[in-house]
Amino acid sequence: MNTSATALGAGPTVVMRRPALIVSGFLSAVSAMLIGSMLAIWLDFRSNAPLRESTEGGKMLRDWLPENIKIPEVATNTMMMTFVITCVMAQWAVYSSRRNDSKHTSLALSVVLLTEIALVNAQLAVYSQMGIGVRDGSYMTMFYAVTATMLVIIVVCMGFTLLALFRSIAGRAGDRDLVSAHALYCYAVSAIFAALWFVVYVQK
Amino acid sequence: MTAIDSSHSATSSSGSIATRSTLLGTIAAYLTASDHKRIGRLLISISAIFAIATAIEGAILGIERISPSSSIVDADIIVQLFSALRFDLIFSVAAPMMLGLAVAVVPMQVGARALAFARSAMFGFYLWLFGVILVGTSYLNNGGPGGGNAEMVDLFLIGLGLVIAGLLLISTSVATTVLASRRAGMTLIETPIFSWSALVASVSMLLTLPVVAGAIIYVAVDHAYERATFGATEGVNAWIGWAFTTPQIFIVAIPTLGVLAQIVATMTRGKQPLRAGLLVGVGLMSTAVIGAVTQSSHTVSFSGSASDVLKSLIPYLFFNHLPILGVFVVLGLSLLALKNERAKLNAAFVPAFLGVGMVLTGMIGGAIFKITNLKLANTVFEEAVLVYVCYGAVLSGIGAVAYFGPRIWGREIPSAPVLGLGLLGFLATVLASLPYFIAGFADQPASIANNFDYSGPIWLWNSLVGAGHALMALVVLLFFAVATKSFRSGTISSATSADLFESVNG
Repeated sequence: MNTSATALGAGPTVVMRRPALIVSGFLSAVSAMLIGSMLAIWLDFRSNAPLRESTEGGKMLRDWLPENIKIPEVATNTMMMTFVITCVMAQWAVYSSRRNDSKHTSLALSVVLLTEIALVNAQLAVYSQMGIGVRDGSYMTMFYAVTATMLVIIVVCMGFTLLALFRSIAGRAGDRDLVSAHALYCYAVSAIFAALWFVVYVQK
Repeated sequence: MTAIDSSHSATSSSGSIATRSTLLGTIAAYLTASDHKRIGRLLISISAIFAIATAIEGAILGIERISPSSSIVDADIIVQLFSALRFDLIFSVAAPMMLGLAVAVVPMQVGARALAFARSAMFGFYLWLFGVILVGTSYLNNGGPGGGNAEMVDLFLIGLGLVIAGLLLISTSVATTVLASRRAGMTLIETPIFSWSALVASVSMLLTLPVVAGAIIYVAVDHAYERATFGATEGVNAWIGWAFTTPQIFIVAIPTLGVLAQIVATMTRGKQPLRAGLLVGVGLMSTAVIGAVTQSSHTVSFSGSASDVLKSLIPYLFFNHLPILGVFVVLGLSLLALKNERAKLNAAFVPAFLGVGMVLTGMIGGAIFKITNLKLANTVFEEAVLVYVCYGAVLSGIGAVAYFGPRIWGREIPSAPVLGLGLLGFLATVLASLPYFIAGFADQPASIANNFDYSGPIWLWNSLVGAGHALMALVVLLFFAVATKSFRSGTISSATSADLFESVNG
């Protein structure tokens, strides 16, 4: 009896086509659709608000933002600029990672983390300076809902940064896919915040 | 690529301690599973159990409406049952069943060693399951949309959010597997048609479910604090009701096209004619995404001037008929492939084909529903559309389990029960929905069980619907029993990896 076995040929090679980047793309799309839908409802409410005369006289405005609420524009504009810094630092991390430069990758990711902490701090400062309650009216309820969702997205981005940073510190300097995926998500979050900033803080 | 899972064989060992440890081991293995077949199996089995419960809900509602002047169920419960039926059909049955099939089959089809981000998919499964339990608890305590218990309405919104988060995680895993883990040399265009449909469905869910989530966040914050801006409890349905109706429901049915095309393509064992057309057909069905995210009903009215009609007709055709065109393309090409002389009929083809037929009927019904001159709004016609599409997905799921099951579990399932239950399932779907197409034209109101009247045999249509739902519960239960028995102790499958693919190059 022939007991020898013919060895099976090796199976086809599985090619992982940058899964982290793909997931980051999906995460960006989900975040964009989430905030996009909330801004659409926000705009719908604003366009349906009744008209009132401006306090400066003459001009008719939509009675959407209550007269006694002042948006702290310094803090919100600073947030927008901080996002620009976040993007630049995230791209620096990609640049360094491509050159297997662990030190600069870690440094860049640390700065990204710092800017994200600053963003959370700025958002909390905005809440504190505005001094409004979530129960005070339609605008306030929707304001807290949309900005708190954005805050959660920033915290998710912070988690992503921490993950990339830990891997970089641990010596995976060539982990380009993850660093690129992180940068992609940073860009997406920045673009999403830009839309929110324009609709909620600039157009009011 | 035959997979034989022998995990159950060990449970027959003697000794109570050994049995207990094996049982605990099995539970632990399921709790921490990262094997795509195991995760898929969990999703399919639990959505099948929910399908039985949902069909029983439908049967109760049908029976309740037989006599509008008397009621057998409390009025508050009836309101919740109507809402629960819609939620369950989409989020407890059709969506997880289709995603479960994708999780189990896609990695094998694309030649991946594992599901991409399998633990994330497993976490998604638990989020979904926990969310469904929370939603069920809120319904039982008068807390669904329009419910009288405000705390339970909050619980409903949280549960729905968890369900959506879970489905998003699973969809991400499926889509990433198709895009990132294909074997070397397999381009996206060469991806097996079922995997293609799973990719299209997953991406469509990733684009539409966050929009539902956005509305839920607003409604939940408003409901928890202010209860004015979004209409408090009554406003819940107004803001998120679109997620439980057309065209959102078409998205969860996209993989039914993939199941049918996959079975046909491998049955014929030849080159699929115009294969690119199949990919386009599946893609066309995903245009329902545009209709879903815009959250507006694109209706048409054939009264008024020609320019008025044209103005409403173009968006109506675009949003409602383009997905239907996709189904016709896939059906046509599948039937064309069957002309191949080497084609050998597979029992799984019957439920898969009838399932797509039911989905198509529901979609055509959905398009008719949007013609305002017919005055079908707020009638049971819409319920029939929903049941057609979701039960069509269940039928397709039966076909898919019968077809892919031997490749997943390594054991054959007998053809006769599949064929018989497929035909019975078809009958059940028609009975559970067609009478409401007729009653819709006779103005039977939607979501009302008592104190309504119309000229027609009220008892007949509602009895038939109740019987249809009850029959569907029986069909799913019997299929579940047959499948469980077959996959545990049936004959060893001789299915080969070739049975998972269609011929791309002839």
